[in-house]
Amino acid sequence: MAIRSKTFRESYYEDIKLFKTIWIKSWIGLFLMVLAVLPLIGDPYIIYLINISCIATIAALGLNILTGFTGQISLGHAAFFAIGAYCTAIISSRFQVPFWICLPASGVLAACAGLFVGIPCLRLKGLYLAMATMSFGVVVEYVVITWDSVTKGVRGISVPTLNLLGYPLDSNNKLYYFLIVLTALAIIAATNLMRTRVGRAFIAIRDRDIAAEVMGVSLTQYKVMAFAISSFYAGIAGGLYAYVMEYIHPEHFTFLLSVQYLAMIIVGGLGSILGSIFGAVFITIIPEFIKGLAQFLTLLFPAIEDKYDDGWNIAAFGLLIMLFLIFEPKGLSGIWTRIKTCFKNWPYTY
Amino acid sequence: MDLLEIRHLSLNFGGIVALKNVHMTVKKGQIHAIIGPNGAGKTSLFNCLSGVYIPTEGEILVEGKNITGLKPHKIARLGIARTFQNIELFANMNVIDNLLLGRHIHMNSGPFSGSFFYGKALREEVGNRLKVEEIIDFLEIEKVRKQLVGSLPYGIQKRVELGRALTMDPKILLLDEPAAGMNVEETEDIARFVLDINEELGMTIILVEHDMGVVMDIVDEITVLDFGSKIANGNPREIQANPKVIEAYLGQDE
Repeated sequence: MAIRSKTFRESYYEDIKLFKTIWIKSWIGLFLMVLAVLPLIGDPYIIYLINISCIATIAALGLNILTGFTGQISLGHAAFFAIGAYCTAIISSRFQVPFWICLPASGVLAACAGLFVGIPCLRLKGLYLAMATMSFGVVVEYVVITWDSVTKGVRGISVPTLNLLGYPLDSNNKLYYFLIVLTALAIIAATNLMRTRVGRAFIAIRDRDIAAEVMGVSLTQYKVMAFAISSFYAGIAGGLYAYVMEYIHPEHFTFLLSVQYLAMIIVGGLGSILGSIFGAVFITIIPEFIKGLAQFLTLLFPAIEDKYDDGWNIAAFGLLIMLFLIFEPKGLSGIWTRIKTCFKNWPYTY
Repeated sequence: MDLLEIRHLSLNFGGIVALKNVHMTVKKGQIHAIIGPNGAGKTSLFNCLSGVYIPTEGEILVEGKNITGLKPHKIARLGIARTFQNIELFANMNVIDNLLLGRHIHMNSGPFSGSFFYGKALREEVGNRLKVEEIIDFLEIEKVRKQLVGSLPYGIQKRVELGRALTMDPKILLLDEPAAGMNVEETEDIARFVLDINEELGMTIILVEHDMGVVMDIVDEITVLDFGSKIANGNPREIQANPKVIEAYLGQDE
């Protein structure tokens, strides 16, 4: 770790602060300013995409805590997301419960589901754990479809507008600020968690579980805790999703969504908070980007127009993920670190 | 009372006998070595002591308290720390974080205060960092403190692993081949550290080591294992003269 010259630290507290230099603080300030003015000038569709990215970011942070940091692979993340979404949808539409109860309730309910899955899965690793979590996902999907009296099955549920202290957030532009603030909170909380005692224990379990246990980390306690925290994030994200979409349907929460979350943290960078953000935004935005590119190409070469359909988008998306796995195993956060080091050392490249 | 007492300890894997009726006592403040040929059961004994294996028979007492069958993380809290024969560091963490993990049992902030980095979590992070820095100074690894341990050379990694065990502030320190794979200078460094840990930090040390030069120079007492059984016990001079040990392990001077 290189420290810029003329940087002096006088206490260990200064050494562990998140934003250490005036440079980082100003960059973050600038970024927040851009985010703040974006709804005033941006296209509503772009704002909608950012909203969806925010939700994906919170869910991906959760999965990264479990899979990236603790090393417990999960293919059932969509199930916890669905539990959160349905919790919010049901209690807010039937009982007119306000959001500040709905969202925490969604998180807690999903965390309880996380405990329910985590405890029997304690002894499972790798592929077996992937299978177990995947089957939980299938079970939840099935329950959501068939438990008609509560979830309204395949008819779906309409969700009332989020009401923030008497101020209804009835458009994407209004939801935007709310989501940005919550996402920022989630990011800060995850970052702090990962650099303190609990986070270190998670990483230790991932890297060397036996050594971690001999150092005094209870594998049982921390693996279950990782499951619960991860599901909590997914539950909150699910609740927000219900508010943003205004209508939820079992088809939104299929196995494919779990795979998508896994793709986010792999493309973004396993075991990296920044990676979860990059990955979530990337995976959310890139299909739109591919669509735009395809439209542009059909303008250039009218001959391919009748051959183009949605399948090509999915294929391009898959190809992109494969290329990432091959050429950039550390994901977008790896690229980011390289660029940052490059600027830090400029003009002396050593 | 002895700090550590092992009574009738046996360990079987299926039909294979790893340890057979081993008795051993370690006095407080001593450096105690366990030697023997490969496969004699030295590391198995360590694994029983730290709870990784559960012995088939027998008891392990620490200060009179029976710790047999306890989970490793409980044993760690009772004051037993260890290093591993093949380095088992957390390769993707830096040196400070590895050592801070050793402080895990001395901290108790949970996920909530950790997430918001207030109060207890913050105080613990700063307070335990002081302890970690003391160990970093003690082992002379200041220069690498912010590097990922996976990128460090072997000898330094061994030292970091020793440091990680030291930050746990244990009563008993188990060192599994601390000098394995080291050159003469590094071996001397490690021997010096072992003596300093014993004298300055007051820890009782049990070590498994094949480098007889180190063992005979620094330890107070030696236990010799062969095929899972104890064949001798005594101070270095007695062991060097013991015909059974010479036959099984040390070999005859030509």
